[in-house]
Amino acid sequence: MIPLQAVAMGFVAAGALAVVLSRDLVRLTMLSSLYALTLVVLFLVFQAPDVALSELVVGAVGFPLAIVVAIVLERGR
Amino acid sequence: MSYLPYALAVWLFVVGLYGVVTSRSLIHLVVCLTVMQSSTYVLLLSIGYVNRATAPIFADVPRGTRAVDPVVQALTLTDVVVGVAVAALLLALSMQVQKHLGTTDPDELQQMHG
Amino acid sequence: MTRQARIGLFAVSAAGLAALMLWGASGLPSFGHYRGPYGQIVNHVAPSERHVTNVVTAVVFDYRGVDTLGEEFILFAAAMGVALLLREVRDPRARRNDRVSSDAVRLAGVGFAAGLFVLGLSVVAHGPITPGGGFQGGVVLASAFALVYLAGDYRSYRKLTPSFGIDLAKGTGLGVFTVVGIVSLLLGTAYLHNFGPLGTAGTLASGGTISILNIATGLEVMAAFVLLFTEFLEELAVTRAPR
Repeated sequence: MIPLQAVAMGFVAAGALAVVLSRDLVRLTMLSSLYALTLVVLFLVFQAPDVALSELVVGAVGFPLAIVVAIVLERGR
Repeated sequence: MSYLPYALAVWLFVVGLYGVVTSRSLIHLVVCLTVMQSSTYVLLLSIGYVNRATAPIFADVPRGTRAVDPVVQALTLTDVVVGVAVAALLLALSMQVQKHLGTTDPDELQQMHG
Repeated sequence: MTRQARIGLFAVSAAGLAALMLWGASGLPSFGHYRGPYGQIVNHVAPSERHVTNVVTAVVFDYRGVDTLGEEFILFAAAMGVALLLREVRDPRARRNDRVSSDAVRLAGVGFAAGLFVLGLSVVAHGPITPGGGFQGGVVLASAFALVYLAGDYRSYRKLTPSFGIDLAKGTGLGVFTVVGIVSLLLGTAYLHNFGPLGTAGTLASGGTISILNIATGLEVMAAFVLLFTEFLEELAVTRAPR
């Protein structure tokens, strides 16, 4: 296992802890996008470009849009 | 050291589970479920990895070079896209809960009324 | 049971669960020493058998095509579930006029949305050759429509995505996948066996039924995600309308 992979795994572990421990919902959206980005780097270093591409488009566009709409509706009541 | 990716998958699962158990908002709960799902992606991809190998795409490298396992990548890539659609379904459920019950705190949603 | 007691009980059982999972993971082959022969065989055989260079796409649409069919049904059901939960009779005149006021943002955004659409088509079409394919390209295409909403207003987004067109696209994508499998059954081989003209590896026309299934999947994934976005954004546009 090359050191690049170890560093990427460290970032993923830290990102997951940050996502779980955050309580403010707006920060949660930002952190979940950043966690998806760390996962993309990990998948690339594991030599899986197709999976990295899927996670990238989904984590940058698909999921944050849904979370933001859910947050706005929760606050507006 | 060579079992570190598996330890990472276990860490992601347990951390996500902790987030689900101690969550104070249904939206936060859905995001922690996503974290738990990503632990399975990491486990699958790390099982298929071959040392000093390249991606299983032979457009620019000659056929026969060492490549990682393509089957686990195929399973993971469909899983990623479909997992987000299911998470969107869960978020729609939480929006309906907010609309009808006025709160998204799981602790307050425990008793079933009526 | 109080919250503190619950968290204490969870900590104990999570430690036990983590120990059990780590013990199980220690029985796996160590990282990098992949043991199973199936992956190596597919890597050696797929480029010459199916004339594709992206072996992952060949596995997704040919060797494990039935798994992909199942995943597409899950996607279809999830999008239908969101539509069922959130779709209700709404007054279309109650939509808020949320037009972005800056002309520069609108122009740049819509211009980029057109470019993003072409990029999505390219990602879908290059599935059998390079990293890409129906799943990734479908989400990129759906995000091109979302960019029209973000840089413009909700009405122009709805004009581009009529409900009937999206439902038709989703059903067509899934239907083509299923029907191609049935055609290969009628030809006397197994379900979803590759029967098309294989073409040359490295060009856009390669892989036989892999290309057809790729395009059908791209269509279905794009329609499912556009439906998801539409239902969520409709919820947003109507509730914030001044009544």
